[in-house]
Amino acid sequence: MKKVNIWAWIIFALGMIYFFLPLVATLDFSLRAEKDVYPSFEAFRVVFGDPEFYSNFGSSLLWSLLTIVVSLLLIVPTTYWVHYRLPEWRPFVEFITLTPFVVPAVVLTFGLIRLYCCDPLPLISSPLLLVIGYVILSFPYMFRAVDTGLRAIDVRTLTEAAQSLGAGWWTILFQVIFPNLRVALLSGVFLTFAIVMGEFTFASLLNWPAFGPYMEYLGATRAYEPAALALISFALSWGSVGIIQYLGRGVTGGEQLAGAR
Amino acid sequence: MSQTPSITLGKGDAPLARPPTKKFSWAWLGLMPFLLFAIAFLLLPSASIVINSFKGPEGEFTFQNLVDVVTRKDLVSAYQTSLSISAITAIGGGLFGFLLAYAVILGGLPRSLRTFLVTFSGVASNFAGVPLAFAFIATIGNTGLITRLVESLSGVDIHREGFTIYNVWGLSIVYMYFQFPLMVLIMAPALDGLKREWREACENLGATSWQYWRYVALPILLPSLLGTTILLFGNAFGAYATAYAFTGSFINLVTIVIGGQIQGDVLFNSGLGNALALGMVIIMALCMAGYSWMQRRAARWTR
Repeated sequence: MKKVNIWAWIIFALGMIYFFLPLVATLDFSLRAEKDVYPSFEAFRVVFGDPEFYSNFGSSLLWSLLTIVVSLLLIVPTTYWVHYRLPEWRPFVEFITLTPFVVPAVVLTFGLIRLYCCDPLPLISSPLLLVIGYVILSFPYMFRAVDTGLRAIDVRTLTEAAQSLGAGWWTILFQVIFPNLRVALLSGVFLTFAIVMGEFTFASLLNWPAFGPYMEYLGATRAYEPAALALISFALSWGSVGIIQYLGRGVTGGEQLAGAR
Repeated sequence: MSQTPSITLGKGDAPLARPPTKKFSWAWLGLMPFLLFAIAFLLLPSASIVINSFKGPEGEFTFQNLVDVVTRKDLVSAYQTSLSISAITAIGGGLFGFLLAYAVILGGLPRSLRTFLVTFSGVASNFAGVPLAFAFIATIGNTGLITRLVESLSGVDIHREGFTIYNVWGLSIVYMYFQFPLMVLIMAPALDGLKREWREACENLGATSWQYWRYVALPILLPSLLGTTILLFGNAFGAYATAYAFTGSFINLVTIVIGGQIQGDVLFNSGLGNALALGMVIIMALCMAGYSWMQRRAARWTR
Protein backbone atom coordinates (compact mmCIF):
# COMPACT_ATOMS: atom_id res chain seq x y z
CA MET A 1 0.00 0.00 0.00
CA LYS A 2 2.94 2.34 0.63
CA LYS A 3 3.88 3.03 -2.93
CA VAL A 4 4.67 6.59 -3.85
CA ASN A 5 2.02 7.91 -6.11
CA ILE A 6 2.97 10.49 -8.72
CA TRP A 7 -0.53 11.96 -8.46
CA ALA A 8 -0.07 12.51 -4.76
CA TRP A 9 2.99 14.64 -5.52
CA ILE A 10 1.19 16.60 -8.21
CA ILE A 11 -1.79 17.36 -5.95
CA PHE A 12 0.52 18.30 -3.11
CA ALA A 13 2.52 20.60 -5.38
CA LEU A 14 -0.69 22.27 -6.60
CA GLY A 15 -1.77 22.77 -3.00
CA MET A 16 1.55 24.33 -2.12
CA ILE A 17 1.36 26.67 -5.12
CA TYR A 18 -2.11 27.74 -4.05
CA PHE A 19 -0.86 28.30 -0.50
CA PHE A 20 2.30 30.19 -1.30
CA LEU A 21 1.67 32.03 -4.55
CA PRO A 22 -0.54 34.71 -2.95
CA LEU A 23 2.00 35.14 -0.16
CA VAL A 24 4.90 35.46 -2.59
CA ALA A 25 2.87 37.85 -4.73
CA THR A 26 2.01 39.95 -1.68
CA LEU A 27 5.65 40.11 -0.64
CA ASP A 28 6.66 41.02 -4.18
CA PHE A 29 3.96 43.68 -4.37
CA SER A 30 4.89 45.19 -1.01
CA LEU A 31 8.47 45.68 -2.23
CA ARG A 32 7.50 47.71 -5.31
CA ALA A 33 6.43 50.94 -3.64
CA GLU A 34 9.18 52.95 -5.35
CA LYS A 35 9.56 53.17 -9.09
CA ASP A 36 12.79 51.60 -10.40
CA VAL A 37 13.82 50.45 -6.94
CA TYR A 38 13.43 46.78 -6.16
CA PRO A 39 13.28 45.69 -3.46
CA SER A 40 12.06 48.85 -1.81
CA PHE A 41 10.97 48.86 1.79
CA GLU A 42 9.14 52.13 1.33
CA ALA A 43 5.71 50.54 1.94
CA PHE A 44 6.86 49.10 5.27
CA ARG A 45 8.51 52.37 6.18
CA VAL A 46 5.27 54.24 5.50
CA VAL A 47 3.22 51.76 7.52
CA PHE A 48 5.58 51.73 10.48
CA GLY A 49 5.87 55.53 10.34
CA ASP A 50 2.13 56.04 10.41
CA PRO A 51 0.83 57.03 13.86
CA GLU A 52 -2.59 55.69 12.78
CA PHE A 53 -1.05 52.25 12.47
CA TYR A 54 0.00 52.28 16.12
CA SER A 55 -3.23 53.72 17.44
CA ASN A 56 -5.38 51.22 15.53
CA PHE A 57 -3.09 48.33 16.33
CA GLY A 58 -3.16 49.44 19.97
CA SER A 59 -6.97 49.56 19.96
CA SER A 60 -7.12 46.04 18.59
CA LEU A 61 -4.66 44.89 21.25
CA LEU A 62 -6.92 46.40 23.90
CA TRP A 63 -10.05 44.80 22.40
CA SER A 64 -8.36 41.42 22.22
CA LEU A 65 -7.13 41.69 25.81
CA LEU A 66 -10.62 42.56 27.07
CA THR A 67 -12.17 39.83 24.93
CA ILE A 68 -9.77 37.24 26.29
CA VAL A 69 -10.46 38.23 29.92
CA VAL A 70 -14.27 38.21 29.53
CA SER A 71 -14.25 35.03 27.46
CA LEU A 72 -12.06 33.21 30.00
CA LEU A 73 -14.24 34.41 32.90
CA LEU A 74 -17.38 33.16 31.17
CA ILE A 75 -16.20 29.96 29.54
CA VAL A 76 -13.74 28.48 32.05
CA PRO A 77 -15.98 28.40 35.16
CA THR A 78 -18.97 27.34 33.07
CA THR A 79 -17.15 24.52 31.33
CA TYR A 80 -15.56 23.40 34.60
CA TRP A 81 -18.94 23.40 36.30
CA VAL A 82 -20.48 21.45 33.43
CA HIS A 83 -17.77 18.83 33.70
CA TYR A 84 -17.93 18.65 37.47
CA ARG A 85 -21.63 18.83 38.23
CA LEU A 86 -23.77 19.03 35.11
CA PRO A 87 -22.44 16.69 32.43
CA GLU A 88 -25.96 16.34 31.02
CA TRP A 89 -25.89 20.04 30.14
CA ARG A 90 -22.74 19.75 28.06
CA PRO A 91 -24.44 19.36 24.64
CA PHE A 92 -26.62 22.38 25.41
CA VAL A 93 -23.68 24.58 26.40
CA GLU A 94 -21.71 23.38 23.40
CA PHE A 95 -24.66 24.20 21.17
CA ILE A 96 -24.74 27.77 22.49
CA THR A 97 -21.01 28.23 21.98
CA LEU A 98 -21.41 27.14 18.36
CA THR A 99 -23.97 29.84 17.48
CA PRO A 100 -21.37 32.06 15.77
CA PHE A 101 -21.27 29.37 13.11
CA VAL A 102 -25.03 29.67 12.64
CA VAL A 103 -25.47 33.42 13.04
CA PRO A 104 -22.91 35.16 10.80
CA ALA A 105 -21.03 38.10 12.31
CA VAL A 106 -22.80 40.59 10.07
CA VAL A 107 -26.22 39.27 11.10
CA LEU A 108 -25.28 39.25 14.80
CA THR A 109 -24.05 42.84 14.54
CA PHE A 110 -27.32 43.76 12.87
CA GLY A 111 -29.33 42.21 15.71
CA LEU A 112 -27.13 43.70 18.44
CA ILE A 113 -27.26 47.19 16.96
CA ARG A 114 -31.05 47.12 16.61
CA LEU A 115 -31.47 45.88 20.17
CA TYR A 116 -28.90 48.00 21.99
CA CYS A 117 -29.05 51.18 19.93
CA CYS A 118 -31.45 53.02 22.14
CA ASP A 119 -33.05 53.14 25.56
CA PRO A 120 -33.17 51.36 27.91
CA LEU A 121 -29.72 49.93 27.16
CA PRO A 122 -27.75 52.14 24.73
CA LEU A 123 -24.66 49.91 24.80
CA ILE A 124 -23.78 51.02 21.30
CA SER A 125 -22.19 54.20 22.58
CA SER A 126 -19.50 52.27 24.42
CA PRO A 127 -16.97 49.76 23.08
CA LEU A 128 -18.68 47.22 25.34
CA LEU A 129 -20.86 46.00 22.48
CA LEU A 130 -17.77 45.41 20.33
CA VAL A 131 -16.07 43.38 23.05
CA ILE A 132 -19.31 41.43 23.59
CA GLY A 133 -19.42 40.61 19.88
CA TYR A 134 -15.81 39.43 20.01
CA VAL A 135 -16.50 37.32 23.10
CA ILE A 136 -19.31 35.57 21.23
CA LEU A 137 -16.98 35.11 18.27
CA SER A 138 -14.41 33.50 20.58
CA PHE A 139 -16.94 31.11 22.19
CA PRO A 140 -16.49 28.11 19.87
CA TYR A 141 -12.70 28.24 20.05
CA MET A 142 -12.48 28.92 23.77
CA PHE A 143 -15.08 26.31 24.70
CA ARG A 144 -13.49 23.71 22.48
CA ALA A 145 -10.04 24.34 23.92
CA VAL A 146 -11.17 24.28 27.56
CA ASP A 147 -13.51 21.33 26.98
CA THR A 148 -10.73 19.29 25.38
CA GLY A 149 -8.43 20.18 28.27
CA LEU A 150 -10.98 19.24 30.93
CA ARG A 151 -11.77 15.98 29.20
CA ALA A 152 -8.15 14.94 29.49
CA ILE A 153 -8.23 15.18 33.30
CA ASP A 154 -10.60 13.64 35.81
CA VAL A 155 -12.27 16.82 37.04
CA ARG A 156 -14.48 15.17 39.64
CA THR A 157 -11.74 13.11 41.25
CA LEU A 158 -9.32 16.02 41.33
CA THR A 159 -11.93 18.35 42.80
CA GLU A 160 -13.08 15.88 45.42
CA ALA A 161 -9.53 14.93 46.33
CA ALA A 162 -8.73 18.60 46.86
CA GLN A 163 -11.93 19.11 48.84
CA SER A 164 -11.20 16.16 51.09
CA LEU A 165 -7.82 17.71 51.83
CA GLY A 166 -9.64 20.85 52.93
CA ALA A 167 -9.07 23.05 49.90
CA GLY A 168 -11.45 25.90 49.19
CA TRP A 169 -12.77 26.79 45.73
CA TRP A 170 -10.00 29.29 45.10
CA THR A 171 -7.29 26.73 45.85
CA ILE A 172 -9.07 24.05 43.85
CA LEU A 173 -9.33 26.19 40.74
CA PHE A 174 -6.00 27.97 40.83
CA GLN A 175 -3.77 25.27 42.32
CA VAL A 176 -5.36 22.11 40.99
CA ILE A 177 -7.49 22.64 37.89
CA PHE A 178 -5.83 25.54 36.05
CA PRO A 179 -2.27 24.17 36.13
CA ASN A 180 -3.68 21.08 34.41
CA LEU A 181 -5.37 23.26 31.80
CA ARG A 182 -2.41 25.46 30.96
CA VAL A 183 -2.02 24.27 27.38
CA ALA A 184 -5.76 24.33 26.70
CA LEU A 185 -6.21 27.82 28.11
CA LEU A 186 -3.22 29.20 26.24
CA SER A 187 -4.38 27.79 22.92
CA GLY A 188 -7.83 29.29 23.47
CA VAL A 189 -6.19 32.61 24.34
CA PHE A 190 -3.90 32.74 21.31
CA LEU A 191 -6.65 31.70 18.91
CA THR A 192 -8.91 34.42 20.30
CA PHE A 193 -6.05 36.88 19.99
CA ALA A 194 -5.46 35.97 16.34
CA ILE A 195 -9.16 36.26 15.52
CA VAL A 196 -9.74 39.60 17.23
CA MET A 197 -6.58 41.18 15.82
CA GLY A 198 -7.68 40.62 12.24
CA GLU A 199 -11.42 41.08 12.74
CA PHE A 200 -13.14 43.55 10.45
CA THR A 201 -16.91 43.06 10.46
CA PHE A 202 -17.79 44.06 14.05
CA ALA A 203 -15.28 46.90 14.34
CA SER A 204 -16.23 48.39 11.00
CA LEU A 205 -20.01 48.17 11.42
CA LEU A 206 -19.92 49.33 15.05
CA ASN A 207 -17.50 52.10 14.09
CA TRP A 208 -14.63 51.56 16.52
CA PRO A 209 -10.97 51.98 15.69
CA ALA A 210 -9.27 48.64 15.08
CA PHE A 211 -6.61 47.04 12.94
CA GLY A 212 -9.10 45.44 10.51
CA PRO A 213 -10.90 48.63 9.43
CA TYR A 214 -7.53 50.41 9.31
CA MET A 215 -6.28 47.80 6.84
CA GLU A 216 -9.43 48.17 4.78
CA TYR A 217 -9.13 51.96 4.80
CA LEU A 218 -5.53 51.80 3.63
CA GLY A 219 -6.55 49.26 1.00
CA ALA A 220 -9.06 51.70 -0.42
CA THR A 221 -6.64 54.65 -0.46
CA ARG A 222 -3.11 53.29 -1.01
CA ALA A 223 -1.55 50.80 -3.41
CA TYR A 224 1.45 49.08 -1.84
CA GLU A 225 0.98 49.61 1.87
CA PRO A 226 -1.97 47.16 2.06
CA ALA A 227 0.31 44.38 0.85
CA ALA A 228 2.75 45.19 3.62
CA LEU A 229 -0.12 45.16 6.15
CA ALA A 230 -1.38 41.83 4.81
CA LEU A 231 2.06 40.34 5.44
CA ILE A 232 2.17 41.77 8.97
CA SER A 233 -1.28 40.35 9.64
CA PHE A 234 -0.30 36.99 8.22
CA ALA A 235 2.81 36.91 10.39
CA LEU A 236 0.56 37.61 13.38
CA SER A 237 -1.78 34.67 12.62
CA TRP A 238 1.15 32.43 11.78
CA GLY A 239 2.81 33.38 15.08
CA SER A 240 -0.33 32.70 17.11
CA VAL A 241 -1.11 29.39 15.44
CA GLY A 242 2.56 28.45 15.61
CA ILE A 243 2.51 28.99 19.38
CA ILE A 244 -0.68 26.94 19.69
CA GLN A 245 0.82 24.09 17.66
CA TYR A 246 4.01 24.25 19.71
CA LEU A 247 2.07 24.18 23.00
CA GLY A 248 -0.21 21.43 21.80
CA ARG A 249 2.48 18.97 20.77
CA GLY A 250 1.21 15.50 21.53
CA VAL A 251 -2.28 16.69 22.42
CA THR A 252 -4.75 15.06 20.06
CA GLY A 253 -8.27 15.94 19.07
CA GLY A 254 -7.67 19.65 19.16
CA GLU A 255 -8.06 20.59 15.51
CA GLN A 256 -9.84 23.90 15.20
CA LEU A 257 -12.56 24.93 12.88
CA ALA A 258 -12.65 28.29 11.26
CA GLY A 259 -15.63 30.57 11.28
CA ALA A 260 -16.74 32.76 8.42
CA ARG A 261 -15.31 36.22 8.16
CA MET B 1 -15.60 32.85 40.39
CA SER B 2 -19.25 32.20 40.86
CA GLN B 3 -20.07 31.12 44.37
CA THR B 4 -22.72 28.56 43.73
CA PRO B 5 -24.69 26.87 46.44
CA SER B 6 -24.38 23.12 46.21
CA ILE B 7 -25.21 20.14 48.35
CA THR B 8 -21.68 19.51 49.53
CA LEU B 9 -21.34 18.22 53.05
CA GLY B 10 -20.56 20.45 55.99
CA LYS B 11 -17.02 20.44 57.34
CA GLY B 12 -17.61 18.15 60.31
CA ASP B 13 -19.98 15.70 58.64
CA ALA B 14 -19.07 12.12 58.05
CA PRO B 15 -19.35 11.15 54.39
CA LEU B 16 -22.67 9.62 53.46
CA ALA B 17 -22.59 5.93 52.82
CA ARG B 18 -24.97 6.22 49.90
CA PRO B 19 -25.31 9.12 47.51
CA PRO B 20 -28.20 11.29 48.63
CA THR B 21 -31.46 10.43 46.95
CA LYS B 22 -32.62 12.81 44.22
CA LYS B 23 -32.85 16.14 45.92
CA PHE B 24 -33.51 19.36 44.14
CA SER B 25 -30.13 20.64 43.07
CA TRP B 26 -29.09 24.26 42.76
CA ALA B 27 -26.13 23.25 40.61
CA TRP B 28 -27.67 24.81 37.49
CA LEU B 29 -27.21 28.23 39.10
CA GLY B 30 -23.51 27.90 38.28
CA LEU B 31 -24.40 28.27 34.62
CA MET B 32 -26.31 31.49 35.16
CA PRO B 33 -23.59 34.02 34.20
CA PHE B 34 -23.00 32.19 30.94
CA LEU B 35 -26.70 31.67 30.26
CA LEU B 36 -27.58 35.29 31.00
CA PHE B 37 -24.85 36.46 28.65
CA ALA B 38 -26.11 34.11 25.94
CA ILE B 39 -29.70 35.22 26.44
CA ALA B 40 -28.85 38.93 26.36
CA PHE B 41 -26.44 38.91 23.44
CA LEU B 42 -27.40 35.88 21.36
CA LEU B 43 -30.99 34.92 22.03
CA LEU B 44 -32.52 38.39 22.28
CA PRO B 45 -30.81 39.81 19.15
CA SER B 46 -31.83 36.70 17.21
CA ALA B 47 -35.37 36.92 18.55
CA SER B 48 -35.54 40.61 17.64
CA ILE B 49 -34.52 39.75 14.07
CA VAL B 50 -37.29 37.15 13.87
CA ILE B 51 -39.93 39.43 15.38
CA ASN B 52 -38.97 42.50 13.35
CA SER B 53 -39.08 40.45 10.15
CA PHE B 54 -42.83 40.33 10.63
CA LYS B 55 -43.20 44.03 11.38
CA GLY B 56 -44.30 46.59 8.83
CA PRO B 57 -43.21 50.23 8.77
CA GLU B 58 -45.92 51.15 11.30
CA GLY B 59 -45.05 48.26 13.56
CA GLU B 60 -48.01 46.18 12.41
CA PHE B 61 -47.83 42.43 11.76
CA THR B 62 -47.09 41.60 8.15
CA PHE B 63 -45.65 38.94 5.86
CA GLN B 64 -44.71 41.60 3.33
CA ASN B 65 -40.98 41.66 4.27
CA LEU B 66 -40.60 37.94 3.75
CA VAL B 67 -42.57 38.11 0.52
CA ASP B 68 -40.28 40.93 -0.65
CA VAL B 69 -37.16 38.91 0.12
CA VAL B 70 -38.28 36.09 -2.17
CA THR B 71 -39.72 38.31 -4.91
CA ARG B 72 -37.68 41.53 -5.12
CA LYS B 73 -35.19 41.11 -7.95
CA ASP B 74 -32.14 42.68 -6.24
CA LEU B 75 -32.65 40.63 -3.07
CA VAL B 76 -33.27 37.37 -4.92
CA SER B 77 -30.16 37.98 -6.97
CA ALA B 78 -28.17 38.69 -3.77
CA TYR B 79 -29.25 35.30 -2.44
CA GLN B 80 -28.46 33.66 -5.78
CA THR B 81 -24.96 35.15 -5.82
CA SER B 82 -24.29 34.19 -2.20
CA LEU B 83 -25.63 30.68 -2.71
CA SER B 84 -23.74 30.06 -5.93
CA ILE B 85 -20.45 31.30 -4.46
CA SER B 86 -21.01 29.05 -1.46
CA ALA B 87 -21.82 26.07 -3.67
CA ILE B 88 -18.84 26.63 -5.98
CA THR B 89 -16.33 27.02 -3.16
CA ALA B 90 -17.84 24.23 -1.05
CA ILE B 91 -17.70 21.69 -3.87
CA GLY B 92 -14.43 22.96 -5.34
CA GLY B 93 -12.74 23.42 -1.98
CA GLY B 94 -14.15 20.14 -0.73
CA LEU B 95 -12.90 18.19 -3.72
CA PHE B 96 -9.44 19.73 -3.75
CA GLY B 97 -9.11 19.55 0.04
CA PHE B 98 -10.07 15.88 0.00
CA LEU B 99 -7.56 15.09 -2.76
CA LEU B 100 -4.88 16.96 -0.84
CA ALA B 101 -5.67 15.16 2.42
CA TYR B 102 -5.71 11.87 0.51
CA ALA B 103 -2.37 12.66 -1.10
CA VAL B 104 -0.56 13.28 2.18
CA ILE B 105 -2.26 10.57 4.25
CA LEU B 106 -2.61 7.65 1.82
CA GLY B 107 -0.50 8.78 -1.12
CA GLY B 108 2.78 7.65 0.40
CA LEU B 109 4.26 11.12 0.79
CA PRO B 110 6.85 11.65 3.53
CA ARG B 111 5.31 12.10 6.96
CA SER B 112 6.92 15.48 7.46
CA LEU B 113 4.90 16.90 4.55
CA ARG B 114 1.75 15.81 6.27
CA THR B 115 2.59 17.59 9.52
CA PHE B 116 3.48 20.64 7.50
CA LEU B 117 0.24 20.57 5.51
CA VAL B 118 -1.93 20.20 8.61
CA THR B 119 -0.12 23.02 10.41
CA PHE B 120 -0.35 25.27 7.40
CA SER B 121 -4.02 24.42 6.93
CA GLY B 122 -4.62 25.54 10.51
CA VAL B 123 -3.18 28.95 9.65
CA ALA B 124 -4.73 29.27 6.19
CA SER B 125 -8.23 28.32 7.33
CA ASN B 126 -8.00 31.26 9.76
CA PHE B 127 -6.40 33.58 7.25
CA ALA B 128 -9.57 35.19 5.97
CA GLY B 129 -10.88 38.70 5.79
CA VAL B 130 -9.15 41.89 4.72
CA PRO B 131 -5.53 40.66 4.46
CA LEU B 132 -6.62 37.68 2.35
CA ALA B 133 -8.35 40.01 -0.09
CA PHE B 134 -5.17 42.12 -0.33
CA ALA B 135 -3.04 39.05 -0.95
CA PHE B 136 -5.20 38.09 -3.91
CA ILE B 137 -5.32 41.62 -5.28
CA ALA B 138 -1.52 41.47 -5.26
CA THR B 139 -1.72 38.12 -7.07
CA ILE B 140 -4.43 38.42 -9.70
CA GLY B 141 -5.42 42.08 -9.44
CA ASN B 142 -4.82 44.65 -12.17
CA THR B 143 -1.08 44.81 -11.45
CA GLY B 144 -0.81 41.50 -9.62
CA LEU B 145 2.02 39.03 -10.00
CA ILE B 146 0.09 36.58 -12.19
CA THR B 147 -1.35 39.37 -14.32
CA ARG B 148 2.12 40.78 -15.01
CA LEU B 149 3.56 37.32 -15.56
CA VAL B 150 0.93 36.42 -18.12
CA GLU B 151 1.36 39.76 -19.83
CA SER B 152 5.13 39.49 -20.11
CA LEU B 153 4.92 35.91 -21.33
CA SER B 154 2.10 36.23 -23.84
CA GLY B 155 1.56 39.96 -24.22
CA VAL B 156 -2.05 39.61 -23.16
CA ASP B 157 -3.41 41.79 -20.39
CA ILE B 158 -5.96 39.45 -18.87
CA HIS B 159 -7.87 42.36 -17.41
CA ARG B 160 -8.25 44.04 -20.77
CA GLU B 161 -9.86 41.02 -22.42
CA GLY B 162 -13.12 41.72 -20.68
CA PHE B 163 -12.02 39.49 -17.85
CA THR B 164 -12.48 40.70 -14.32
CA ILE B 165 -11.66 39.04 -11.06
CA TYR B 166 -14.15 41.15 -9.16
CA ASN B 167 -17.03 38.78 -9.80
CA VAL B 168 -18.33 35.45 -8.53
CA TRP B 169 -15.45 33.44 -10.01
CA GLY B 170 -12.73 35.78 -8.79
CA LEU B 171 -14.20 35.85 -5.32
CA SER B 172 -14.49 32.05 -5.41
CA ILE B 173 -10.76 31.76 -6.07
CA VAL B 174 -10.16 33.93 -2.99
CA TYR B 175 -12.59 31.99 -0.78
CA MET B 176 -10.95 28.71 -1.78
CA TYR B 177 -7.89 29.83 0.16
CA PHE B 178 -9.67 29.32 3.48
CA GLN B 179 -12.09 26.65 2.25
CA PHE B 180 -9.87 23.77 1.20
CA PRO B 181 -7.57 23.93 4.26
CA LEU B 182 -10.69 23.44 6.40
CA MET B 183 -11.52 20.32 4.39
CA VAL B 184 -7.94 19.08 4.92
CA LEU B 185 -8.20 19.68 8.68
CA ILE B 186 -11.39 17.62 8.98
CA MET B 187 -10.72 14.93 6.38
CA ALA B 188 -7.18 14.11 7.53
CA PRO B 189 -8.32 12.40 10.75
CA ALA B 190 -11.20 10.72 8.89
CA LEU B 191 -8.81 9.24 6.32
CA ASP B 192 -6.54 8.21 9.18
CA GLY B 193 -9.51 6.34 10.61
CA LEU B 194 -9.68 4.01 7.60
CA LYS B 195 -8.28 0.87 9.14
CA ARG B 196 -5.63 -1.07 7.33
CA GLU B 197 -7.49 -4.26 8.31
CA TRP B 198 -10.50 -3.26 6.23
CA ARG B 199 -8.39 -2.95 3.13
CA GLU B 200 -6.58 -6.20 3.87
CA ALA B 201 -9.86 -7.99 4.48
CA CYS B 202 -11.10 -6.75 1.11
CA GLU B 203 -7.95 -7.87 -0.63
CA ASN B 204 -8.18 -11.30 0.99
CA LEU B 205 -11.71 -11.60 -0.28
CA GLY B 206 -10.49 -10.77 -3.77
CA ALA B 207 -11.83 -7.24 -4.06
CA THR B 208 -10.24 -4.85 -6.48
CA SER B 209 -9.07 -1.44 -5.40
CA TRP B 210 -12.13 0.06 -7.10
CA GLN B 211 -14.46 -2.29 -5.19
CA TYR B 212 -12.74 -1.44 -1.92
CA TRP B 213 -13.33 2.25 -2.53
CA ARG B 214 -16.84 1.85 -3.89
CA TYR B 215 -18.20 -0.52 -1.25
CA VAL B 216 -16.07 0.06 1.86
CA ALA B 217 -14.03 3.25 2.04
CA LEU B 218 -16.42 5.65 0.33
CA PRO B 219 -19.53 4.69 2.32
CA ILE B 220 -17.52 5.12 5.51
CA LEU B 221 -16.13 8.48 4.44
CA LEU B 222 -19.31 9.77 2.83
CA PRO B 223 -20.88 11.31 5.96
CA SER B 224 -17.64 13.17 6.76
CA LEU B 225 -17.29 14.28 3.15
CA LEU B 226 -20.86 15.52 2.82
CA GLY B 227 -20.89 17.01 6.31
CA THR B 228 -17.70 18.97 5.74
CA THR B 229 -18.89 20.16 2.35
CA ILE B 230 -22.03 21.51 4.03
CA LEU B 231 -19.82 23.20 6.63
CA LEU B 232 -17.77 24.83 3.88
CA PHE B 233 -21.00 25.99 2.27
CA GLY B 234 -22.07 27.76 5.45
CA ASN B 235 -18.55 29.09 5.95
CA ALA B 236 -18.63 30.86 2.59
CA PHE B 237 -22.25 31.91 2.94
CA GLY B 238 -21.63 33.93 6.10
CA ALA B 239 -18.39 35.58 4.94
CA TYR B 240 -18.42 39.37 4.77
CA ALA B 241 -15.02 40.96 5.37
CA THR B 242 -13.20 39.12 2.59
CA ALA B 243 -15.82 40.01 -0.03
CA TYR B 244 -16.09 43.61 1.18
CA ALA B 245 -12.34 44.22 1.08
CA PHE B 246 -11.97 42.42 -2.25
CA THR B 247 -14.75 44.01 -4.25
CA GLY B 248 -16.07 46.86 -2.14
CA SER B 249 -19.83 46.69 -2.55
CA PHE B 250 -19.61 45.80 -6.25
CA ILE B 251 -20.66 42.27 -5.73
CA ASN B 252 -24.20 41.83 -4.54
CA LEU B 253 -23.89 39.31 -1.67
CA VAL B 254 -26.50 38.96 1.08
CA THR B 255 -23.90 39.80 3.73
CA ILE B 256 -22.86 42.92 1.80
CA VAL B 257 -26.48 44.06 1.51
CA ILE B 258 -27.00 43.55 5.26
CA GLY B 259 -23.77 45.43 5.96
CA GLY B 260 -25.02 48.29 3.78
CA GLN B 261 -28.34 48.22 5.58
CA ILE B 262 -26.54 48.65 8.92
CA GLN B 263 -24.40 51.56 7.73
CA GLY B 264 -27.29 53.41 6.16
CA ASP B 265 -30.76 52.15 5.43
CA VAL B 266 -29.97 51.15 1.81
CA LEU B 267 -33.19 49.17 1.52
CA PHE B 268 -35.23 52.06 2.91
CA ASN B 269 -37.12 49.57 5.03
CA SER B 270 -35.80 48.33 8.35
CA GLY B 271 -38.12 45.33 8.41
CA LEU B 272 -36.69 44.13 5.12
CA GLY B 273 -33.17 44.07 6.59
CA ASN B 274 -34.44 41.82 9.36
CA ALA B 275 -36.15 39.48 6.89
CA LEU B 276 -32.93 39.30 4.87
CA ALA B 277 -30.98 38.43 8.03
CA LEU B 278 -33.60 35.88 9.01
CA GLY B 279 -33.17 34.14 5.66
CA MET B 280 -29.44 33.88 6.30
CA VAL B 281 -29.92 32.46 9.77
CA ILE B 282 -32.36 29.84 8.43
CA ILE B 283 -29.95 28.73 5.71
CA MET B 284 -27.01 28.66 8.16
CA ALA B 285 -29.06 26.71 10.71
CA LEU B 286 -29.98 24.14 8.05
CA CYS B 287 -26.28 23.84 7.18
CA MET B 288 -25.24 23.29 10.78
CA ALA B 289 -28.05 20.77 11.35
CA GLY B 290 -26.96 18.87 8.24
CA TYR B 291 -23.35 19.01 9.36
CA SER B 292 -23.98 17.72 12.87
CA TRP B 293 -26.28 14.97 11.58
CA MET B 294 -23.56 13.83 9.17
CA GLN B 295 -20.93 14.10 11.93
CA ARG B 296 -22.94 11.77 14.12
CA ARG B 297 -23.18 9.25 11.30
CA ALA B 298 -19.46 9.61 10.64
CA ALA B 299 -18.65 9.04 14.33
CA ARG B 300 -19.92 5.46 14.07
CA TRP B 301 -16.72 4.44 12.36
CA THR B 302 -14.14 6.67 13.96
CA ARG B 303 -12.96 5.32 17.25
